[in-house]
Amino acid sequence: MSDRAASSLKPKRSLPYLLTAPATLLFVTMVLVPLLLTALLALNSYDDSVGIKSTYDLHNYLAIFGDDYYLRIFWRTFWIAGLTTLICVIVGAPEAYVLSRMSRKWRAFFLIVILAPLLVSVVVRAFGWSMLLSADGLINHALQALGMAPVKMLYTSGAIVVALVHVMLPFMVIPVWTALQRLDPTVEHAALSLNASQATVLRRILLPQVAPGVLSGSLIVFGLSASAFAIPGLLGGRRLKMVATTVYDEFLGSLNWPLGASIAIVLLVANLIIMMTYNRILERRYSKTLG
Amino acid sequence: MSFLKLENLSKRYGDFTAVENLDLTVEKGEFVSLLGPSGCGKTTTLQMIAGFVEASAGRILLNGRDITNEKPNRRGLGIVFQSYALFPHMTVADNVKFGLEMRKVGAAESAERVKQALALVHLDKFGHRYPRELSGGQRQRVALARALVIQPPILLLDEPMSNLDAKLREEMQIELREIQRKVGTTTIMVTHDQSEALSMSDRVVVMEAGHAVQVGKPLETYENPVNAFVSQFVGKANLLPGTVEWVRDDTAGVRVGNHVLEVQGTALAVGEQTTLCIRPEKIECCTEAEEQLGGVVASSFFLGNQWLYRFETDCGDILVILKNNGQTSCQPGQRVSLRWPTSAMRAVEPAPESASLRSAHV
Repeated sequence: MSDRAASSLKPKRSLPYLLTAPATLLFVTMVLVPLLLTALLALNSYDDSVGIKSTYDLHNYLAIFGDDYYLRIFWRTFWIAGLTTLICVIVGAPEAYVLSRMSRKWRAFFLIVILAPLLVSVVVRAFGWSMLLSADGLINHALQALGMAPVKMLYTSGAIVVALVHVMLPFMVIPVWTALQRLDPTVEHAALSLNASQATVLRRILLPQVAPGVLSGSLIVFGLSASAFAIPGLLGGRRLKMVATTVYDEFLGSLNWPLGASIAIVLLVANLIIMMTYNRILERRYSKTLG
Repeated sequence: MSFLKLENLSKRYGDFTAVENLDLTVEKGEFVSLLGPSGCGKTTTLQMIAGFVEASAGRILLNGRDITNEKPNRRGLGIVFQSYALFPHMTVADNVKFGLEMRKVGAAESAERVKQALALVHLDKFGHRYPRELSGGQRQRVALARALVIQPPILLLDEPMSNLDAKLREEMQIELREIQRKVGTTTIMVTHDQSEALSMSDRVVVMEAGHAVQVGKPLETYENPVNAFVSQFVGKANLLPGTVEWVRDDTAGVRVGNHVLEVQGTALAVGEQTTLCIRPEKIECCTEAEEQLGGVVASSFFLGNQWLYRFETDCGDILVILKNNGQTSCQPGQRVSLRWPTSAMRAVEPAPESASLRSAHV
């Protein structure tokens, strides 16, 4: 009896595989297979009269890297994503700090305020911004009422950055706030007792400790911004393209699926390289000390 | 003139009074413990001295200077926190150096002082490590070195041993006291551990419900507790409530149950209600002829170096601690005779109503 109980309690070797099988299956069919198909598609070529031809070479990639048009789109995408990340750090980290200092009641309230936008579709929010920023939008009406000339705001990279920051901010606030939550509040007291000024405490004690939170927040924000579609699509207009909107146009406008696929693959690889480098540089500094 | 002086110090949070009219003077070089159960206001008092909690009333004078409203980063006190509060992203040496950096001490001098401070706590070889690579006891030493390296006028210790296991705690108590003697820094320690307070301090302040109930040398406090609360919080005590039956010179006879027990050196009056207090280790077993009180063994606990007995007597349950002389204990149900020197018996004020209620909740 006890023997049988013991053997039934002992986990079987196959159990971990069985338990992870559904997730593995999902991952393989929904992520790996489409990714592989996209990679294969990127090697094909396209002819206006015939459509997709099953050739396998790298001419699509050569076309992307040889064409200033695409390189400019990539450059724009990455600086917009980089700027968005930077603004999110500058706005989000202090926001998280203030949040962590609030009394419990107010904190709960402001957490909802910060998270509530996530409940509204990005498309709806992008339309909201376009109503504010458009040529006869709310802001320009206000400017005109004050006797000033209207400003072109919609369909500029500025509009994209503003809207992206709005969408991405929670993804920065939450990891930084989590990092702040883990800190021992008496560590600050210790620094104060050693004659440190409040500014020194912030710079030398708090900031290094929340750096991992800032790091993971920036990775999320950068990755999501660089591959954002709805906001550049709606606020950048037809001419101010980012990579994701270009991919969309190649697929559904020019019907050049192989080119679209190869742009998507380049975006994926470039994103991975940038994020991993960033992670390497910063994480190496902090993993040793903070574990 | 006293080095640190607390005058009428009070802290109120709304209706709740954490500390009320606390007066305390500490001499230079003295080691004073604030001892009390949780919620007695001892930590609040320490926080007020440190400057992390604002006093509602009263004054704090350090060497004649009023620091009541000074910012914590201007007071220059050395503090060891309960959680140690080391900077996790800095090495041990950088942790210790931080206070010197803030004081703009030159590089050469600062390196030398860090070295000395780490040597003082026997961590000379750990300067390059990070806090998370250290054990609890080592972290505690780093915290101590960090607080002492700035040569503070006063060292504040907030429950410094509470995160250490029993054996390490004992070692650290001895070591901490030795370091304090060597450096000579005036020290105030908050603790809820009475044996820690008794063994380490020059003076003990027993606190209860925001008040300093008794201030005195450890032995004095242990031998002459002012009330029932102190007698029970500092060490173990048998408390026997009774009525004074006769008074002769400074000796009184107090009726407890159907016995009259003698107590010396009191100003009691006949008919007065009082509480007698006797320490368990002052009572011994004896022959029936010498018996002052007879009892039956209710339970016995073996503590290694001693036995703790509970006897049922006519005066109520009595705790007795006897040295372990290598023999098996009295068996439960066995009848024993007890005696004690009359000088060991004390009359104390009964605990205030609020105090007994509080301890019931703790």
